[in-house]
Amino acid sequence: MKNLDRRSFLKVAAAGISITTLGTSPAISAETKLDENRLGVLVDTAVCVGCRLCEWACRTAHNLPAGSLESYADDSVFKEFRRPDKTALTVVNEFENEKNPLLPVHVKTQCMHCEKPACVSACIVGALTKKQDGSVVWDGDKCIGCRYCMVACQFQIPTYDYDVSIDPKIRKCDFCESRRQEGLLPACVNICPNEALIFGKRCEVLKIAKERIKRKPEIYVNHIYGEHEIGGASWMYIASKDFDKLKMATLGDNPAPGISEAIQHGIFAYFVPPVTLYTLLGTFMWVLKKRKEIDPDADTEKNNEEKGDKI
Amino acid sequence: MNPAPLKYKFFTPGVFILILLALNGIVFLAIRFIYGLGAVTNLDNYTPWGLWIGVDVAAGVALAAGGFTSAALGHIMHREHYHSIVRPALLTAMLGYTFVAFAVLVDIGRFYYIWHPLIMWNGNSALFEVGICVMIYLTVLYIEFLPIVCERFKGRINLPGFLKFFNKSLDKLLTLLDKGLAKTMFIFIIAGVVLSTLHQSSLGTLMVIAGQKMHPLWQTPVLPLLFLLSAIAVGFPMIIFESLIAARSFKLKPEMNILSKLGGMVAPILFVYFAFKIGDLFISEDFKYLLKFDTNAFMYLGECALTITAFIMFLSRRVLKSPLLIFIASTLVIAGVLLNRINNFIVAYNPFFDPNNYFPSFGEFSVTIGCIALLVLAYRFIVLNFPVISHE
Repeated sequence: MKNLDRRSFLKVAAAGISITTLGTSPAISAETKLDENRLGVLVDTAVCVGCRLCEWACRTAHNLPAGSLESYADDSVFKEFRRPDKTALTVVNEFENEKNPLLPVHVKTQCMHCEKPACVSACIVGALTKKQDGSVVWDGDKCIGCRYCMVACQFQIPTYDYDVSIDPKIRKCDFCESRRQEGLLPACVNICPNEALIFGKRCEVLKIAKERIKRKPEIYVNHIYGEHEIGGASWMYIASKDFDKLKMATLGDNPAPGISEAIQHGIFAYFVPPVTLYTLLGTFMWVLKKRKEIDPDADTEKNNEEKGDKI
Repeated sequence: MNPAPLKYKFFTPGVFILILLALNGIVFLAIRFIYGLGAVTNLDNYTPWGLWIGVDVAAGVALAAGGFTSAALGHIMHREHYHSIVRPALLTAMLGYTFVAFAVLVDIGRFYYIWHPLIMWNGNSALFEVGICVMIYLTVLYIEFLPIVCERFKGRINLPGFLKFFNKSLDKLLTLLDKGLAKTMFIFIIAGVVLSTLHQSSLGTLMVIAGQKMHPLWQTPVLPLLFLLSAIAVGFPMIIFESLIAARSFKLKPEMNILSKLGGMVAPILFVYFAFKIGDLFISEDFKYLLKFDTNAFMYLGECALTITAFIMFLSRRVLKSPLLIFIASTLVIAGVLLNRINNFIVAYNPFFDPNNYFPSFGEFSVTIGCIALLVLAYRFIVLNFPVISHE
């Protein structure tokens, strides 16, 4: 018994070690191969004036109650920190600007459309998918409402309708999928009066971001948020102050689903480990049964011995 | 000593309290299904998972581990000596997993789509693996329980009125089923053990993807291994715990000869679990977070204290021989693993910039406690009517 225990533990330990080593080299699954021409948006927080027209346009485009355009001039909403929710897929928040107090920093928040999205990896039924054009979209016909995407998302973007029982939705920016199919720009990009949102191929948008930082180093901190964060994102930000002061989480460069997927694939590599375990246990059971048939007392004797040395 | 239905009355004052608790839970369940999750829970967009996932699902799966550990010991290792504990452990596992499946149904927002994972697969998702394994394992548990049902009704089928006509053929069917199951049962028993090791560990993988939102004291790539080891460690203490409670509740003699032997195996398993847990803490150098003396550190140390105390107790021969002491030691292991699951899923989960710390609502507690009450009632009903517990 003692020996058996030890042996099975060694096996488990070996499995654990292989998991850990796998875990250190994030495996990126083949299906997430990205298109060269995938889209991107640069949010230049130094240019944004906080007019919140993007909020109105987004609501209108997604059939959410938007209210009158005039009501968006009311800047008292900036008093509290807001997050996207069931009433808005994007929100703008205001932060103090130490360099120039008259020009506060405005930060638009929406889904980042990650290059290696944790939500897509996590979703139990594959209701979230990463499209070739870079967008990450939700399929309500599949979603079971488990909210694991919300646990997985490092940007804490997906929201859930907690106030309904039937057909609650996971909501997040869909990169204006339907508008783009009609050849239109995403609603927020389209309405932005200051060109604070720059839409294009991700690689080109990234170039623009780098250029702006290079041209005005006195304004921008040298960091493009979203270029490398958890493997990169379609949406990227440049700003005049550190991003953690703009309530944007400080994240590493490793793709969020990397370790989790490595473990999953390690345990399930073509079903070899489970099948091996099954065979091992089966053989074991059979051998012990045979031994017992030959010598029915073997069990009790061994038990007594063990009791002696164990207790 | 063969398993037989216990001859004991169903209703006692304790049972009435359980019924009240269950009714209270059902009221909140009704509210949840009519008005949505927000009406009952304190969950929000920052904290999407709470008590129901942490305790009902994660801890529920762990505490039902007695089913597969006892099956491995009794059937695979052929320790016939332990056969009398296999059935009660199987019943607990069966009811436990039913409870887990029900908790999932309650917690997922679009509950009417609960069958989707059967046909919509995502092999990258740890949750998918847990879901599929739990579904199959639950089926396996029901199959493993079938012989007990056959045994109960074989030769005793006595339908009233015109249904009498079917008595004979039904009996034949049961006998056939029993025979067939007896021959093929080993397939299900091994499958049960394999499925358990898979989903017990994958349950640990679940929170790995939360990355930095999970406190470093708990966030580690070896989480699946720690979950598996702790599940194995809690299996036997759980059997001891319920065996002693059942003995007391039904005025039976505690089977100390078996329980002591089971208890003797707990300390080594606990040691391995704890060695990995502490080893990981030092390799990742996360022990520095313990020096902060905040809630996280306190909760982590609480887990360690429970585990260490239980380990020391299980080493002592006196504890193993005394029903009271072995009960206390087992309770400590159970509390330690329960706390571990609560910590992993609730305490460790710290969303960025969360303005309000999550604490479960009265409604959430009501549903959890109500479900546990229902589970205990079902256990009582089944051991009174089916041959589960062995007694004189």
